[in-house]
Amino acid sequence: MAASETSDFEQVTVSDVSRSYGRRRALAHVSLTCSAGQIIGLLGPNGAGKSTLLGLLSTLTEPSGGKVRFGDRTARQAGAALRAQVGFLSHDLQLYPELSARENLEFFAGLYGLDNPADRVLKALTSAGLGDRADDVVEGFSRGMRQRLALERTLLHSPRLVLFDEPFTGLDEASSDALLGRLGDLRAARRIIVLATHDLDVVDGLLDRAVLLQRGRLRELGSEGTLRERYRATLAEGGDAGRVARLEASVAGASGPSREPRQ
Amino acid sequence: MNGFFRVAWLVMRKDLRVESRSREMLFTTLFFAVSCVLVFSFSFVRGGQAVDGAAPGILWIAIAFSGTLALGRAFERERQHDALRGLMLAPVDRPAIYLGKLFGLLLLLAAVEAVVVVMVAFLFQAPLFRHGWMLLALLVLGTIGFASVGTLFSAMLVRTTSRAVLLPILLYPVTIPVLIMGVSGTAALVQPEPDLAMARLWITLLMFFDVVFLVLALWTFEPVMTE
Amino acid sequence: MNKRVFPVLAAVSLLVFVSAPIIIVRAPYESTMGLVQKIFYFHFPSWMAMFLSVFILGIASVFYLFRRTPAADRLAVSAAELAAIFGLMGLITGPLWGIKAWGVWWQWDARLTMAVILELILAAYLLLRQYGGAGSDRLAAGLGIFAMANVPFLYVSTEIWRTVHPRTSVVPTLPVDFGVPLWWSFGGFIVLCLALLSARSRLEEQRATLDRLYLALEED
Repeated sequence: MAASETSDFEQVTVSDVSRSYGRRRALAHVSLTCSAGQIIGLLGPNGAGKSTLLGLLSTLTEPSGGKVRFGDRTARQAGAALRAQVGFLSHDLQLYPELSARENLEFFAGLYGLDNPADRVLKALTSAGLGDRADDVVEGFSRGMRQRLALERTLLHSPRLVLFDEPFTGLDEASSDALLGRLGDLRAARRIIVLATHDLDVVDGLLDRAVLLQRGRLRELGSEGTLRERYRATLAEGGDAGRVARLEASVAGASGPSREPRQ
Repeated sequence: MNGFFRVAWLVMRKDLRVESRSREMLFTTLFFAVSCVLVFSFSFVRGGQAVDGAAPGILWIAIAFSGTLALGRAFERERQHDALRGLMLAPVDRPAIYLGKLFGLLLLLAAVEAVVVVMVAFLFQAPLFRHGWMLLALLVLGTIGFASVGTLFSAMLVRTTSRAVLLPILLYPVTIPVLIMGVSGTAALVQPEPDLAMARLWITLLMFFDVVFLVLALWTFEPVMTE
Repeated sequence: MNKRVFPVLAAVSLLVFVSAPIIIVRAPYESTMGLVQKIFYFHFPSWMAMFLSVFILGIASVFYLFRRTPAADRLAVSAAELAAIFGLMGLITGPLWGIKAWGVWWQWDARLTMAVILELILAAYLLLRQYGGAGSDRLAAGLGIFAMANVPFLYVSTEIWRTVHPRTSVVPTLPVDFGVPLWWSFGGFIVLCLALLSARSRLEEQRATLDRLYLALEED
């Protein structure tokens, strides 16, 4: 049983990781340490490499350069046992719409080889607030209900590392408050939480740490003001204007046109 | 190990349950197979008389065409809602996922073939049931050969944008031996003087093909599916 | 390594190909086939070069899929392209022989059928590489393994299915007069195949280097 031969870890270390697809570089020399009991926010414009980084953290994508270590092991060394410690709630919810809420959870409980699957599923259904709709097919659920179900599915096997890709999009205020509460509980349970999001106002105050991904590069967010202000400031620093300014400074005095690399 | 066959069973049961709710794959594949056979019968049956020796080929072409349709849909279902990621993240031997998908497809294709065989026997006056058990062996082994390659290709093309075109392009050339073996074996059974020794030879060859390609598919599934 | 190997291989194959016509012309005139028999000195070796390439494609694919050696992937593309080209040569020279021997350009006999199917698989491989998008290298490696595994099945099934083609077993029993030029051009084709392989995979290597430089440039 995979769950018993766990390879648990307290820390995920991303060191000097790059990932490129042909000539397109999705991530460039990214380093990041995520520790238990921490919520890390992954911010940045679309196409900045957030999904790629989540993919790398989920063990499903391999880096082109550098290493991602879970505890002291890489994904390749740890194999399937490590995957038992990872939960990933992607933007598409990984649910089968033709199956009922209970069947969806039971299927994954079976795949993970969990003990007492029936109890766990029941508990999960209750905390998703779907106790009375357990046997309805997911097709008829609202976005919020699906999201709650998918969240429980992600946490069903109590993973150490929990990854979220845009978990707040499409949620009403009640649902997103519930999600915030849930994230707080996870932090208290010493999980490692990484979430990619655009909803800066919602997660302001929740994050223990915020990093910005821009053109595949990772930078720590500044500390002045609200999350949104910090985000804007850091973004501008690494944006076109900031880059041009820095380039001009570095080539000042040198003749010839300075070449701006393509997007 | 985490119960290799237990996982395969879970995946298959999940697929069958989904299918029993929507019946989408069964009905579309069946409809396609039936229209295939009908189109062939318009072209190859003249004046109530079928063209000599056409039946085995038509049987297998109908199976291959409709099989491709089903194979394409099988992983489309996993691609929607990103369910494939959920499967790949599960701490299981990934080849077991492949095997589960394959089993589900085999059951679906068996249902389709049952109809196609009867139709071909009826419309082309082919004595398909004269050596029923041998035909069954050919069909089972041929379908396993075709679907074992097809399931792998369908899985590996799931992230490709042009998968709908690429699946038949890759699948047909590689599975031509299955078609040759299936058609020749069936022909040996339905010709005026059945050649059972020949049919047995084709059955044996199909078995070899199935073993080799099933092993290869199980072996390559994991590295082909990881990014 | 490629850099040094290529000139040697190219020189050897050039030497063989320059001398081959002389040797082929000097070979005795075959009584039934006449002049057309000379095609054989190209036909058979081009098939052998194709099989060598398919074999290399299969092995390289295994290495790329399980070891992720980038060099193996470059070798696999090169081998696939060469296999397709040598196969095409076989498919062109075959009918030239067939029209004389069988009176028709094309026969669905075992070897021809197998040749066409293999050519189809190779075309599928190249199409996948072309239109498969990101990650198609790994998928192509999977297909490469299947292509190699398919050869024995194609051989056996087409062989039983139809047989008109002269058996390959005649080759070792050929009289010396015919044998020498045949093996001479056989050697030539194999060396040429290896020369092209090294040149083509070197081109891929340069492309990879270019990609790397491009990425390095983007960095700052």
